[in-house]
Amino acid sequence: MGDKKVLLIIPSAIVARGLESVMDNLGEFRSIGILSDISRTGGNRLRSFDADLIILDPQVLDCETRPSARAFISTLTDVPVVAMATIPLDDETLRQFDEVIGMFDDPTTIIRKLRSAMEARGEAPRAEGEELSAREKEILVCVAKGMLNKEIADLHNISIYTVITHRKNITRKTGIKTVAGLTVYALLNNLIDVNSFE
Amino acid sequence: MTKRKDSDRTVLSSKMKLADLIDMNYNLLGVLSRFDMKFGFGEETVGEVCARYGVDTPTFILICNIYTFDSFVPSKELLDSVNVMDIVKYLHKSHSFYLDFSLRSLEESIEKMLEPCDGRHKQVIWKFFKDYKDELSKHFAYEENVVFPYVKSVVEFVQDPSFSILQYEENHTNVEEKLSDLKSIVMKYLPPQCDNQLINRVLLYIYILEDDLSKHTSIEDEILVPSVNHLEDKALLESKKGEEA
Repeated sequence: MGDKKVLLIIPSAIVARGLESVMDNLGEFRSIGILSDISRTGGNRLRSFDADLIILDPQVLDCETRPSARAFISTLTDVPVVAMATIPLDDETLRQFDEVIGMFDDPTTIIRKLRSAMEARGEAPRAEGEELSAREKEILVCVAKGMLNKEIADLHNISIYTVITHRKNITRKTGIKTVAGLTVYALLNNLIDVNSFE
Repeated sequence: MTKRKDSDRTVLSSKMKLADLIDMNYNLLGVLSRFDMKFGFGEETVGEVCARYGVDTPTFILICNIYTFDSFVPSKELLDSVNVMDIVKYLHKSHSFYLDFSLRSLEESIEKMLEPCDGRHKQVIWKFFKDYKDELSKHFAYEENVVFPYVKSVVEFVQDPSFSILQYEENHTNVEEKLSDLKSIVMKYLPPQCDNQLINRVLLYIYILEDDLSKHTSIEDEILVPSVNHLEDKALLESKKGEEA
């Protein structure tokens, strides 16, 4: 089946069912599930859905998160994300999505937008695998040694922003969030010498 | 399209047989034991058992609801009818349960699991667990020594106005993150000489504890904090009236 799998993150049952029926009628895209919220499910569950595309109502993000929605969502998934604009949103928020569906879009427009979101992303390089890269391992060692982001940035001559991105990816891949946990990881994987530590 | 099962809609009621309630969600076994309810209750209903043990029935059912339905948010009426001291009693019992039972079983199983590891690896993981345990114990101690006495004072209308239950809404994230990290470490990164069955058992204990703690947090955040906050507001209103009179 060539159907693209779509995950809906939409609090309104009416809107979610409506989108499902549009996809059912026109084919090509197929809903694999509806979540009414993401705060509780967390990133692990989002990834486990194995969707090709996500349609998300920005309502599920709180106001503070919305302007940085892209950064937030990219910590959860690397598939294209289309906004379902059920409420008025500022341009800055909307710009972060691969496409934006409006409440009054007709079915063919909706499908066209989903298609264009997929295509735009298709050209981008695929995300690398789940193993830590050499660079991420270097950063991880610094974190485990208790270095601050600023110190790590200076040592490797990169921006703090890059350090933060690396740290996010490390956490996403390993599932470990705390510095203490990352230290255990580094020691178990012999990235740092236990004797040099402490 | 997923169809909703009818059982999803079942509303817990005081007229249900207690045995049916437990059969519907065995996670409620922990709730029973924390209210000191003993087995052998035969065909007694939830309401009858609650009455026998002097537990406020709506409060008991509210706790069971939180345990049973993931996104259960109690209505305002429900919150108003809650017996706050029963909630506190429950939370207190839960603390003892975690410390005396959950963490102890987890600790024993981790110790056994780590036996074949080389000394340094063992030490690193052990320390991580111990730190987690200390942090969680401290968190419980704060609730026992500061929050619960305060709640009692609010219920008895002798509260200290410099403290508010909303201050207590400090986050639990750090302890939650550490347990989740422990889970990842145990599942994904242990040295190969560890026994698979023992790892399995440790993971099960972690999952059970994680679930239970998240319900525990919901009871604090969704029931205790709003009910006490409501009482605080009421007391404030009373005292204002008193001044005006």
